[in-house]
Amino acid sequence: RWQSSSIPKARPLTGILIANRGEIALRVNRTASEYGIRTTTVYTDPDAHAQHARVTPHSVNLGPPSAYLDVDKIIKAAKERGCDSIHPGYGFLSENSAFAKRVTEEGLIFIGPPSTAIETMGNKSQSKDIMLKAGVPCIPGYHGSNQDPEFLLQEASKIGFPVLVKAVKGGGGKGMRIAKTPAEFPDMLNSAKSEARSSFGDDVVLVEKYITTPRHIEVQVFADNHGNCVALGERDCSVQRRHQKILEESPAPDLDPVLRKDIWNKARAAALAVGYQGAGTVEFIFDNDTGEFFFMEMNTRLQVEHPVTEEVTGTDLVHWQLLVAAGLPLPLTQEQIERQMEGHAFEARIYAENPDMGFVPDSGELVYLRTPKTSSTVRIDAGFGEGDVISPHYDPMIAKLIVKGPDRRAALAKLRAALGEYEVVGLSTNIEFLKKLAAHPAFIAGEVETGFIDKHRSSLFAIEPTPPEAYAQAAMSVILNGNVQQTPADPFSVWGGNVGFVGSFQERIVEFVEKKGEAESRIPVSVKQTARDTYDLTVDGKISYPSVTAHISPLEKSKVIGFYPHTRLETTVVRKEDTLVVFQRGKQYKLDTPRPAWFEKALGVADVANSVLSPMPCKVLRVSVKEGDRVAKDAPLVVIESMKMETVIRSPHDGVIAKIVHGEGDVVKAGVALVLFEEDSESESTRAAE
Amino acid sequence: TTLKHTRTIATHSHPHFESAVSTIRSTVDTSSPEFKENAAQMAAITTSLRSLHERIKLGGSEEAREKHLARKKMLPRDRITALLDPGSAFLELSPLAGHLLYPGEDVPAGGIITGIGRVSGVECMVVVNDSTVKGGTYYPITVKKHIRAQAIAQENRLPCIYLVDSGGANLPHQADVFPDRDHFGRIFYNQARMSADGIPQISVVMGPCTAGGAYVPSMSDESIIVENSGTIFLAGPPLVKAATGEEVTAEALGGGALHSKVSGVTDYLAVSDAHALVLARRCIANLNYPTTTDASSEEAQTIIKDPLYDPKDLNGIASTNLRKPINPHDIISRITDSSAFSEFKRDYGATLVTGFARIHGYPVGILANNGILFSESALKGAHFIQMCAKRRIPLLFLQNISGFMVGSQAEAGGIAKNGAKLVNAVACADVPKFTVVVGASYGAGNYGMCGRAYGPRFLWMWPNARVGVMGAEQLDAVMRTVGKNVDEGLKGRIERESEAVFGSARLWDDGVIAPKDTRAMLGLGLRAAMGGSVRESDTKFGVFRM
Repeated sequence: RWQSSSIPKARPLTGILIANRGEIALRVNRTASEYGIRTTTVYTDPDAHAQHARVTPHSVNLGPPSAYLDVDKIIKAAKERGCDSIHPGYGFLSENSAFAKRVTEEGLIFIGPPSTAIETMGNKSQSKDIMLKAGVPCIPGYHGSNQDPEFLLQEASKIGFPVLVKAVKGGGGKGMRIAKTPAEFPDMLNSAKSEARSSFGDDVVLVEKYITTPRHIEVQVFADNHGNCVALGERDCSVQRRHQKILEESPAPDLDPVLRKDIWNKARAAALAVGYQGAGTVEFIFDNDTGEFFFMEMNTRLQVEHPVTEEVTGTDLVHWQLLVAAGLPLPLTQEQIERQMEGHAFEARIYAENPDMGFVPDSGELVYLRTPKTSSTVRIDAGFGEGDVISPHYDPMIAKLIVKGPDRRAALAKLRAALGEYEVVGLSTNIEFLKKLAAHPAFIAGEVETGFIDKHRSSLFAIEPTPPEAYAQAAMSVILNGNVQQTPADPFSVWGGNVGFVGSFQERIVEFVEKKGEAESRIPVSVKQTARDTYDLTVDGKISYPSVTAHISPLEKSKVIGFYPHTRLETTVVRKEDTLVVFQRGKQYKLDTPRPAWFEKALGVADVANSVLSPMPCKVLRVSVKEGDRVAKDAPLVVIESMKMETVIRSPHDGVIAKIVHGEGDVVKAGVALVLFEEDSESESTRAAE
Repeated sequence: TTLKHTRTIATHSHPHFESAVSTIRSTVDTSSPEFKENAAQMAAITTSLRSLHERIKLGGSEEAREKHLARKKMLPRDRITALLDPGSAFLELSPLAGHLLYPGEDVPAGGIITGIGRVSGVECMVVVNDSTVKGGTYYPITVKKHIRAQAIAQENRLPCIYLVDSGGANLPHQADVFPDRDHFGRIFYNQARMSADGIPQISVVMGPCTAGGAYVPSMSDESIIVENSGTIFLAGPPLVKAATGEEVTAEALGGGALHSKVSGVTDYLAVSDAHALVLARRCIANLNYPTTTDASSEEAQTIIKDPLYDPKDLNGIASTNLRKPINPHDIISRITDSSAFSEFKRDYGATLVTGFARIHGYPVGILANNGILFSESALKGAHFIQMCAKRRIPLLFLQNISGFMVGSQAEAGGIAKNGAKLVNAVACADVPKFTVVVGASYGAGNYGMCGRAYGPRFLWMWPNARVGVMGAEQLDAVMRTVGKNVDEGLKGRIERESEAVFGSARLWDDGVIAPKDTRAMLGLGLRAAMGGSVRESDTKFGVFRM
């Protein structure tokens, strides 16, 4: 397989421009630095203080938020900084064949596959034809150019329902619909097409067989320009939300060894068929019921979840990319790789998002961040540290937590333990959800499928009671942090003791509000100091903890150490505005500190009952109503965009629009009024209801 | 010349040997039957005192408290909690005031809660009407307690915060409340004098301020009022109607909105009690008053060592039998830092123990009785007080005295003039003085050891202590000798009237304290006297008759 005649001269890389941001920019930088290769990073205005902008002395400002896509500026920067190559990371320009082509034309090395391979794989129907010719199984379907709805329905019936209607140019779950019956096919077709039109400017769709209990299994392949192509095992990325992965593992659980090798071989065949070079991932849809698998697409880049492969194969895939780009052969053969493969690895993606609100993305400052201790088997690939800001302009992924164990069960136990140590305050994260996932019996049993979250929704989103000690510790944190400085020389502090028959220390009542699903409860905690470091605590007037000794860590004031009659507790309590985020025994609780009754009255906080608030930081795309319009409940009012997702804000009730607060193009923060209703319109509708 | 002795004496003395000179070695045997009996008796008294205080702490009747809460008002002690800095102590004064004082009337704490607490880092005198007790009206003891709190504030230069919620003078008692020098009018006189002297006066009107009471906020530097709750007027709506025929609501006549927006009697309008207390804390924060609570200050960094001996031992050292002597060293060793005491003139006039020590870091000169006062002891005491006054060291008197020595020998030795020297020195020493009565306080001994009349900044009683012109037995004996009619109930009555609780109900002291709390109480008192704003003054003594 050595094609020595066509080997171009090897040219070691000396300077890489990393055309990306966040963790992948840092990841590429790490390996490049290790091999003494100078890196240049780029950043945009909102990212000026980001980690990747600070990681090297050579960092170039590209300007506006969208400039990571500015090909001219990036190539200019690379040339000015004397770089010989560009690493595109993932996302942004990584799978833009025009960019890859341009880089090469400018005399630079594109650290990735040839532009032709990107182009071919980017076209769903073209790639499918090539795959079928190369003997790679593809899902039955119609990928032709005839877009007549009647014809497509006929094709769908041929394939057999349920079918998937998918935009040819689509990705990330957009422009994709499932038709379960011929009756609903036309509606689904229409909606897929319209979404595709607005997202990609192209409404050509394909129709495919829809697999009901599918698994997402992908193979990491690597090819060089010496004709070598290897498979570095597979990954199971079945557990997804919003058609995006959140938990990945390698190897795929319960996969027949023969089948496994077969998938690897088919993946290599796919890569070879398009003359692939560098890192790539061949994605298959795996039918858990029949054991059949079908080619879905090839991602012509290094993927987010590449670390799980690195962990089980003991490789540095970024290094491999650099070797291939330099014209060197792959460092390992297929046999060598298979020989050194061992253990099981998981990757959990830590996202700034709110799972309880349909995983809507969140943004904001990482006010407080504590991560699990890293080791040879616990790895964190992060792009942000404490104090950094997760910007609404970009992907809300905060970090990737990767763990490895000798087998799946051990690795999963390690994942649960590590997640329990992951503490983030400042924005909503999916960490609590990941903990539930990693502890779910079905997941532990390896019963993964792409519909996992939907199938187990009730147990994954079950509301768990908060232990009373969490309220007690939160109250202790409030009291201890608010106390006057306790010094031996101050008799008015606890050092003076609790004196007098009346008792010189007062009982204080700290009140919390906790929201669980729809329910909201008020929990008063009474704290009475009785001696130095000693308190009597009563939670909600019911549960009493007498003579609790508690103190805050002098080095870390957010940490409360309490000795209760029955146990010892070390709790982290961090306040962000009116909310206390409590971390205790590997779980997180959110408690609100209710504003006193006088607050609103004295400070004149505006009443927002008659408005519609933005649910997240966003940009107003369209306003569907005018001032003075009478709207019905659930009528669309405003379309907003956040994190590249469109959301329609609907009217909460019947009413008359008094004011459009924010117009098209406005960028607003979370909780900002978008639309105001006329004062009495709500009562009108109430009257009507009566 | 060559010295005969080649071995010389070391010229270096180690600091730990130096400190050993001043460390008291207490020989109290905490396992002795006597100690145990004392402790058991003290436990019985403190238990009953504790439950008495718990009752007093509740305030007025349940019905009155319910009514108070129904008006969305905070209970007075909750107001104090919300006012004070979290994690700081409240040094409550004379909670027993008014106890069994008015036959048939229960006036818990005298209807007013007073004490020293820290607000926004400043130690303040807090005076709080309890309107759940007879509508917060002023009984004679209420007036006395209010004025005593002001006196403490004035002496120790503590800003005053008045949480006003009072119906004014208790009319049936007007003769004992209104006309005299230390009656109602004195409250406003004190406010004016203190304000003039740079001691801030802050009022929070959380209920009615009628007639004379209207002057509490009006005489204050800054006043806060709670809308729909606080009212200030010289005459209430009924009186107005009777006088002029005008019909007007209380809120319109003198409510928060009127006084904050129209009359200007108040400066801040609060929407609720909790809001008003936040505003009061802000007022104190804006006083620019000296504080001693900066945690980075040198003083705050000082390490204060607890006594070597457990202060709890004092409950077994104190005795209810005042005939049994108490070794004052056993008390001192349980209240001073590191149990250290630099005794002065130990071997002269040994019935009065004198010496220097520190309590919570503050230097103090201690005078403690160790028997009857003789001429020598009185002279030693006067000498010691003169030194402390010169050095501006506060004085602590541990009183346990049955009196000066009597008899021909003593008189011939000039006990009268020598005792007078001690009294003169005590009276004139212009340093903060603190008195704790740990046993007997009889006769002229009370004067020489800084009784109430001698202006100690604070005077506290142990539960076993007695105050009287002499012991009940002696008094009875004297009366049987000189009297015409024999009063069989006399001894019992005198006995009762000498008790700590009886005296405290009448404000002869600032509170009855558990012996074990002595050190902590003194620490709070010393901080109140020595922290924050202090005005130094030079002591001038009267003529010492030689």
